[in-house]
Amino acid sequence: MAIESDVVVIGGGLAGATAALSAAREGVHVHLVSANESTLRQASGLIDALGYAVGHAAENDGEDAGAGSGDADAVPGPLADPFAVIEDLPADHPYRVAGADALREGLALFDDAVGDLYRGGHTDRNALVPTTSGRAKPTARYPQSVAPGLASDGRPMLLVGFEADTEFDAPLAAERLSAAGVPFDVSGATVEFAGEYRADAAVTRLAHALERDESAASGRGTTAGEGRTTRQRLADRIRPHLGDAERVGIPAMLGDSHVEEVRADLSERLDAEVFEVPTGPPSLPGIRLEDRLFDALDSAGVSMTTGTPVVDFETGADGRVASVTIDRNGARIPYEAGAFVLATGGLVGKGLDSDRERAHEALFGCHVPQPDDRMAWSAGGAFADHAFARFGVRPDDRMRPLDVEGTPEYANLAAAGGVVGGADVAREKSASGVSLATGLVAGRTAAEEA
Amino acid sequence: MSDTHDTHDTHEDCGCDGEANRSAATDGGAVAGSTAGSEDEFEPVDVFEGSEMDLRPGADSCYKCTSCDTSCPVAEVDDSFPGPKFQGPEQWRLKRKEDTEIDDSITGCSNCMRCDGACPSDVPLSQMHNTARAEYVENQQPTLSREYLRNRILANYGTLAALGSKVPRLTNAIMGNSLVQKVNETVLGITAERDFPEFADQTFRGWWKERGGPKVESEEKRVAYFHGDYANYNTVEVAKALVRVYEAFGYEIAVPDQRCSGTPMFANGMLDDARRSAAVNVESLGEMIEQGYDVVASCTSCSMALRQEYPELFDFEGTETVAANTYDALEYLLINENVIDPLSEVDAADHDIPDFAYHAPCHSRNQGLDRQAVELFRYLDGVDVADVGDSCSGISGTYGWKEEKYEYSMEIGEEMFEHMEHANGETGMTECPTCSMQMEHGTGYEIDHPLQVLEAALVDTDVTI
Repeated sequence: MAIESDVVVIGGGLAGATAALSAAREGVHVHLVSANESTLRQASGLIDALGYAVGHAAENDGEDAGAGSGDADAVPGPLADPFAVIEDLPADHPYRVAGADALREGLALFDDAVGDLYRGGHTDRNALVPTTSGRAKPTARYPQSVAPGLASDGRPMLLVGFEADTEFDAPLAAERLSAAGVPFDVSGATVEFAGEYRADAAVTRLAHALERDESAASGRGTTAGEGRTTRQRLADRIRPHLGDAERVGIPAMLGDSHVEEVRADLSERLDAEVFEVPTGPPSLPGIRLEDRLFDALDSAGVSMTTGTPVVDFETGADGRVASVTIDRNGARIPYEAGAFVLATGGLVGKGLDSDRERAHEALFGCHVPQPDDRMAWSAGGAFADHAFARFGVRPDDRMRPLDVEGTPEYANLAAAGGVVGGADVAREKSASGVSLATGLVAGRTAAEEA
Repeated sequence: MSDTHDTHDTHEDCGCDGEANRSAATDGGAVAGSTAGSEDEFEPVDVFEGSEMDLRPGADSCYKCTSCDTSCPVAEVDDSFPGPKFQGPEQWRLKRKEDTEIDDSITGCSNCMRCDGACPSDVPLSQMHNTARAEYVENQQPTLSREYLRNRILANYGTLAALGSKVPRLTNAIMGNSLVQKVNETVLGITAERDFPEFADQTFRGWWKERGGPKVESEEKRVAYFHGDYANYNTVEVAKALVRVYEAFGYEIAVPDQRCSGTPMFANGMLDDARRSAAVNVESLGEMIEQGYDVVASCTSCSMALRQEYPELFDFEGTETVAANTYDALEYLLINENVIDPLSEVDAADHDIPDFAYHAPCHSRNQGLDRQAVELFRYLDGVDVADVGDSCSGISGTYGWKEEKYEYSMEIGEEMFEHMEHANGETGMTECPTCSMQMEHGTGYEIDHPLQVLEAALVDTDVTI
C-alpha cells in the first residue's frame, strides 16, 4: 500500500507551496512533501521578481565584475519595472520559457494567498526596501510591516539597531543609504534592548518579549502590570535619538504573529511610524510568511508531510513516474500520484548535487546542461557571472524537465523554483519571482497530467 | 610524516598504533578523513567506538544559520538557555580545548528535538544534546544531589509506576494528597502545581492477559504493540482503543515484553538506564520482526525513540531493523489500510463525537506526522478538528514536572492554551501522554488520543470496514 493523492509536490519552499496551491486550485488533491522545515524560515520575507538586469555569460568574462571597483558600469541600477525587460532576457531564462503572464499570475496567486500580510500588489513596479546592510533592495512584494520604510517615501528616517545584534549596524546602514542618494534624511542609532536578556538571546526571545510586552523588571517574563514593559522601555530608549525623524526602522523582530499590534503601539509611543528592516536568517518575516502560506495550503485541502526526505522513485510500464519514496528513519513509504512536481531547490537547497565531474539533478537524475570543462563552471571574482549559478533542469513551456534530446524526461513530472536553470537569481534578485512563475505553471501541468 | 601529530618519526618500533595515535593527536581533526582515502559515509554509531563520543561530523555541517535557535521553545522564554546551536556544535568546539566541561545550561534543554527538523544542514542536534547531557550527568552531576535523585526518579517513571499500580487506588490517594505534593516539591523539586497522573485500576497488560490475548489471527497482518509505560499504567483506554481498531482492520496483535522506550531517560542524561531498557526492547521487538510482525506505538515519543534515538545512540544487533520496522499506530494504518472510505460514511453527530482542539506533539512533528490526524478527520462528517498551532505544549515529558522549569513550561504552553480556547471543540486531542497532561492542566479539557476517536467512529458504530 501507499499514501495516495492526485499530485505530489516535492519541496516545501516558495516554489513548492506555489505549485501545490496552483494545482489545488485546479481541483485535484495535492500532497506536499518536504525534507525539512520550509526554507521560507531562512528567507528575508521579501518577494523579488527581477531587481537587476545582468548580462548573459557571453557578455562578461568575469574579471571586471569581480574587481570590486563599484563603478556604475559594472553594477547597473535597480530596475523600475521587471515586466518591461523580460523580453530582453536570454531565451532559456525561466521567465522567457514560462512567459511574462506566468510571473504576473504567480504574483496574483501569492497576493491572494497572503492577503493583508503583504503590500506591493497595486503596481507592476519594484519598490525599494532598505536592508540591514544599508542598501535599497528592489522587490515586487514586501510585508506590510516593512511598508513605511520604502526608499521612495520622502519622510526623514531613523534606523535603530541593538547592541547585542551585531548583524545590523544602524549608523553604518544610515550612512550607506545617504551615500546612495535616498531622497530623505536618514540617521542611525544603536541602543540597548530593553530588559535583562542574555547577550546572544535568540531573536525569538526578544520578539516574544515585545509581543507579550513583558515587564522588564521581571526575569521570568511576567506580562504587563508590574513596572514598565518592554515596549515602554524600548520607546524611551529610542526617543532621544528621534530628532526630526517621522519613521523609525527596527530589525524585523517586532513580535511573531501580532506584529501589527506591536508596531502600532511603538508608533504611538514614539509619535513616528515604526517599521521593520528585513534581516538575514533566521527571519521572523520569513516565518510569518511560512505560517500564512501553510494556512492557505490547509484551506485549499492540501495534505502536508514535513521532515521526511524523498529518496527514491518508481516508474510505471508507461514510462511515467508512478510513485516517490520517502524515508522516515529507515522506514520507506511510497507516495503514489498521477503527477509530480520537483521543487527541491538548486545547489544550495540540495535539489542539485555536484561532484568533481558533473552537476546533476539529485532525485530523478534529470538532464542538467553544463560546460564539459569543469574549469568553466565559475568565473574569477565572487560576484562574477558564474555558469554554475544558472545550472538546473531545462524545462519546456509546461515546466517539464527535458532530456538531452529536448523531450520531456517524464510526461507527468514538472519542475519549479531553484531546481530550474537558466536564471542567475542571486545577481538578478529574481529568486522569488522565478519560484512563483514556475510554481504556477508546474502546478497546472501536474493537475492536467494527474 | 606530519610535524603536527606526535613526538617520534616512525611507528615501526614504538608499539603504538600509528593510525590511532594520529587520530588522537588531532582529536579526530582534519587529517582523519584523508588518511585512508576512505569515502565511507558518516555512520552515527561509528563515533561511539570505545568510550569517547565524538560528534565532529555534525559540528562541521553547522554553518551557524541559527534556524535551530529560532525553533527552540525554551530559548524563546528562558534567558538562561543559550539555545541548541550552543548546546550542539558550539559546545563541541569548546570541548576540544582541554579542561572544558559541559556547560550546565545543557540541563535547560527539554529534548523536544524541534531543532533537528529546523536544521537545513541535517546536523544531528538532538543526538549531540543527548551525548552532552549524558556526559554532564556522568561527570558533573553528583549522584547524591537532589537534582540527580529527582531526575532519576522522573526518568524511571516506569519503575515507580510498576509499584504504584499494584495498589492503584491507594497510590492515587497518596499522590493526590496536597501535603505529599508539597513534600515532593520541597524535598525532590517536583512541582506541586501539577496533579500526579492517576493509575488505572487494571494495567493494559493485565487486561490483555485476562482477555486471553489476541481475538484475531492472521498470517499476513501482524503488529507487535509497543505500548510504553504510560498506556500500560495510566491511559489504558488508549491501548485498548488500539487493540479494537487494529482488530477491526483484521490485524493479529502481539504484546511483546518491553521496557520504557527511554525517552525520559535521554531527556535527563540517564543514558545507562536508557541503554538497559533499549537492549531489552531491541531484542524483544527484533524477535517479533523476525516472525513477520511490524512494530506500532501509540505514543509518538516512544516511536521517536525506537526510530531515531536508538540508531543514533546505540548499536545493538538489530537496532536498525527495529527502527526501520517501527511505525506510529495511526501512520501505519494510513499506509496499509483504507481508513478514509469507512470514515467518510460516519456522521459524528449520530455518535456523540465532539469537536476537537488538536495539538501535534513535537515528537510527532519530528517524524513528519504532525498533520495526519487533522487531515484524516477532515473525512469524518460533523466533526471540526482544529489544529491549535505549531508551538510546543511546554511540558516536554519530565521538563514541566521540575519545580524550577514549571513557569517556563506554562509560558511555552500559553500559545497552545490560547489557541485551544479559540477552537470550536472543548475536547482536546493529541498522541502524546505528557502533552495531554499539559493540555488538560492548562484548559481543564478532557483529552483524547486519535485512536480513541477512530474507535468511536469505526468500532463503536456499524460502519463496514
